[in-house]
Amino acid sequence: MLIKIRPDGIDLPLSSEITPRAVFESRRDFIRQLAVGSIAGTSLYEMANREAFAQTPGAQKLAAGANPAYALMSEKKTPYKDATTYNNFYEFGTDKSEPAQNSGTLKTRPWTVTIDGEVKKPMTLDIDSLIKLAPLEERIYRLRCVEGWSMVIPWIGYSLSNLIKKVEPTSNARYVEFITLDDKKQMPGLRSPVLEWPYVEGLRLDEANHPLALLTFGMYGEVLPNQNGAPVRIALPWKYGFKSAKSIVKIRFLKDQPRTAWNITAPHEYGFYSNVNPDVDHPRWSQATERRIGEDGLFARKRKTLMFNGYSEVASLYSGMDLKKFF
Amino acid sequence: MALSQKHVSWLKGLIFILALLPFFRLVVFTILDKLGANPVEFITRNTGDWTLYFLCIALAVTPARKLLNFPWLLKLRRMLGLYGFFYATLHFLTFLWFDHFFDLQDMWKDVLKRPFITVGFIAFVALVPLALTSTNGMIKRLGGKRWQLLHKLVYVIVPLGVLHYYWMKSGKHDLMQPLIFAAVVATLLLARLWWHWSAQSRTQASA
Repeated sequence: MLIKIRPDGIDLPLSSEITPRAVFESRRDFIRQLAVGSIAGTSLYEMANREAFAQTPGAQKLAAGANPAYALMSEKKTPYKDATTYNNFYEFGTDKSEPAQNSGTLKTRPWTVTIDGEVKKPMTLDIDSLIKLAPLEERIYRLRCVEGWSMVIPWIGYSLSNLIKKVEPTSNARYVEFITLDDKKQMPGLRSPVLEWPYVEGLRLDEANHPLALLTFGMYGEVLPNQNGAPVRIALPWKYGFKSAKSIVKIRFLKDQPRTAWNITAPHEYGFYSNVNPDVDHPRWSQATERRIGEDGLFARKRKTLMFNGYSEVASLYSGMDLKKFF
Repeated sequence: MALSQKHVSWLKGLIFILALLPFFRLVVFTILDKLGANPVEFITRNTGDWTLYFLCIALAVTPARKLLNFPWLLKLRRMLGLYGFFYATLHFLTFLWFDHFFDLQDMWKDVLKRPFITVGFIAFVALVPLALTSTNGMIKRLGGKRWQLLHKLVYVIVPLGVLHYYWMKSGKHDLMQPLIFAAVVATLLLARLWWHWSAQSRTQASA
């Protein structure tokens, strides 16, 4: 098979080249059957199951090599349909089914991201050059929503630290702020005052520099669907989902801790850090357990939530901090 | 408008079946795996919505009867109220079963921890005696006056139900729907107060 990849990594197949779904699925089944019968059966079978699912017709593919350090082999990926129809993205409505229905109006080209503040090299990058800034990787991350549900998503992107290095933060820079697009024409949800717009999120600089912090452009082998934060978002698997800003237009480096959207709205409920922590309950519900979307059916018990969502490698960022106080 | 006894029974039968449709829809969706990404959430919200719909409709019977002069509407009220209780029971069972797997201690902790659940739980418990005393036999046994007094509880229960919904939604900062419910319920209850007051002033005037 001849694989042509554009320098920016985006591959736009002709519709005639798209494998019909039935053929695709019969091939999957074939691989699966083959795998079950073979000696290396279990692992091959898993691989077949882990293959990205058939997706949005006409969606742009996004080529990326899987990073084995974040392969999360023991967990099942959330079905693409669930991950793209069950979203919190208030710019397109507060109901979790609304982003998928309402985000068609979002225009992801042309798109620029401005990086400024406490940096030596402020810049405004076109989205297509931002994608090319560092090699894209696929990483499978757990996603834990503050509401008590979770998913497992194969993201495509690169460590945010690549970008941070490029803009050279000054010695004053201690925090990073992410600002989401604020355009009523494209985002109908902005008309209702449920949050202070634009949506702003932030990290401490050392958190932002942690290799886990992923500047994300795609998922499931494709560019991000609009409802998942196209064309560029952040993915922070050790924090509650709302910390991961979507459809980012501005990244600012700051001396002081930025005011962040949910923290402004309800400071006693949503802290600046918002690390996944089963021992610190939300004032209105327990965070000890979670429901895995697409996997835990009606009759499944909820599963235990892990400290830092299972990403213990971030613990050193918070050594000496009382995480009950800095929740 | 007057309706014959036969027409009223026919209407009752029709509403009985219509009111079951949301329940059958849930059953079919469960079987076909059409409940979406979070089935428990879907069922919880759906049964909660229908509880409030039916309780509001039941509360609307008296004002509608007076305004439109449809005395026969009263004959539908018990069934509508009981359907409210039916969906409230499904709503509670979803919580008890799929959220807590019949672990009463676990459920109790949740009831006390989350104010919106506390309120919803109180509202549901308060509905139980109303459902139990909804039969003709119970009305006779209690006597009309006492029965009516007991069933005035619904004027507290429905606002609690709306508060339960309001607090649930306040987490999302999206209060449009609960506010609509609040406005509807407030209108239905204020209409009663107004009638009550104007009736009082009329008796005072004639006295």
